[in-house]
Amino acid sequence: MANQANGDYIIETRDLTKEFRGFVAVAGVNLKVRRHTIHALIGPNGAGKTTCFNLLTKFLAPSSGQIFYNKRDITHERSAAIARRGMVRSFQISAVFGHLSVLENVRVALQRVQGTSFHFWRSGRSLETLNDRAMDLIEAVGIAEYRHIPAGELSYGRKRALEIATTLALEPEMLLLDEPMAGMGAEDVKRTSDLIRRVATKRTVLMVEHNLSVVADLSDTITVLKLGRVLAEGPYREISANLEVIDAYMGAGHG
Amino acid sequence: MNQKAIPVRNRAMTPQRLLVLALLLLALAAPFGIYPIFLMKGLCFALFAAAFNLLLGYVGLLSFGHAMFFGFASYVTAHAAKEWGFSPELAILAGVATAAALGLVTGWLAIRRSGIYFAMVTLAFSQMMFFVAIQAPFTHGEDGIQGVPRGHLLGFIDLNDSLAMYYFVLAVFVASLLFIHRIVTSPFGQVLKAIRDNEPRAISLGYEVERYKLLAFVLSAALAGLAGSMKSVVFQLASLADVHWHASGEVVLMTLLGGVGTVFGPTVGAFLVVAIQNYLSETGSWVTIIQGVIFILCVLMFRRGMAGMLGPMMKKRGIDV
Repeated sequence: MANQANGDYIIETRDLTKEFRGFVAVAGVNLKVRRHTIHALIGPNGAGKTTCFNLLTKFLAPSSGQIFYNKRDITHERSAAIARRGMVRSFQISAVFGHLSVLENVRVALQRVQGTSFHFWRSGRSLETLNDRAMDLIEAVGIAEYRHIPAGELSYGRKRALEIATTLALEPEMLLLDEPMAGMGAEDVKRTSDLIRRVATKRTVLMVEHNLSVVADLSDTITVLKLGRVLAEGPYREISANLEVIDAYMGAGHG
Repeated sequence: MNQKAIPVRNRAMTPQRLLVLALLLLALAAPFGIYPIFLMKGLCFALFAAAFNLLLGYVGLLSFGHAMFFGFASYVTAHAAKEWGFSPELAILAGVATAAALGLVTGWLAIRRSGIYFAMVTLAFSQMMFFVAIQAPFTHGEDGIQGVPRGHLLGFIDLNDSLAMYYFVLAVFVASLLFIHRIVTSPFGQVLKAIRDNEPRAISLGYEVERYKLLAFVLSAALAGLAGSMKSVVFQLASLADVHWHASGEVVLMTLLGGVGTVFGPTVGAFLVVAIQNYLSETGSWVTIIQGVIFILCVLMFRRGMAGMLGPMMKKRGIDV
């Protein structure tokens, strides 16, 4: 590389672009996420926020541009490999393993590190050594009493909580949360906010979120996307005073 | 720590254990009341269906080409026993190894696709293997490999005795079901279920899902091969019928009738289909029509298959007791 990505930033993209048959969803985005901060990605519907997430985690292949993670070019790596490097994402629609119990959901994340995931001859009991750690995580998100219930039967807010517990089980260095508060009641929002704040002391969080009070409350930096381009970037105080941003939101029908 | 303790299996397990014990006793006594060849045919197809169910029920992959593993293993076993003079256990192992190798190659290419495309790719491979079975000299085309010697198991158990043959098939069947049960409850099985439930999420947790699917595919192919190998020893015959796509379709039918993703479902389904074919064969071409009607009724009445319906009912009983 001609010039190395800056070490203060855990993620850096250069002219990241994604075209879908002529429709440009993400157009030359240069995003920098500073280590150990909470960075929010906001913007009206169709601004390219989720596409950005999919590009960063390689669930989509970029049309052009580069992605650096910890100064390493990960533009051509596979999704699972990126997850193993410590960048773990959540999904907009809650992603749990519906037929597995809450405890098993978290254990699935823990067991990969145990190195027995291909051992088809080994008893499932061997996974019980992970129970204590799994329960700690489940308690931290406040769903301990549901540990034996199939995850598919949980309420929406609890599924999201489980998803965060599962993500944290991987001890990720970098979390990408796609609308973590979507569909949550006020109480759950409060608890999840606290959790994200706690988690972010040792990690970096990049999140897409529509709840602007949550964004204002949590994030150190906000990047506003509109039609695939960066419209503005800065702390909430600056962003909220930016006329272009206000216009973009009003124009798209957001309050 | 006490509140964290995970309760040991609940009492509902006891009736289930009793049921398994009763079924086992029934299976041991069965050849004295029922024609052993019919029972062995049922067990071979039950194992075939259980192998297929490992893939459909626990990984969510619908293979429409499993006959290639079933049929080709039966050819290899028949050939090894007849032409090379292999003992039955070695001939069967040769068949299983062939099926596993075939599974590795076809699976490696097929698992890159999912849903209907996966089914079509497996069907295409299976049709290719059917063509090979017609053309290759060792399979003897339309005639198949006939007069396969059953031989002596481990050198001293004469399998020409139909009771000995039956108990051997039963032992292999029970061991295989236990093995499948172990697979689906193992750490590997947990990952498989996770992939089945939500593949993108499994990827985002760092799992290279293709490798897990491939291992599951190879295991399923090997077990389907074991079923085919056993069948060729039992019937002393390997024929085109077992590599034909009809056989691939039949195993789908058996598994769906019995209950996808259940332990005993495929066995129930297999015995049902084999029984229909055997006992209604006098009705001639009506067999397929009766089979079709039963299939439609099952799909309409028990969406989750016979075992999928009976399971919860028995569980309720077990807890009531």
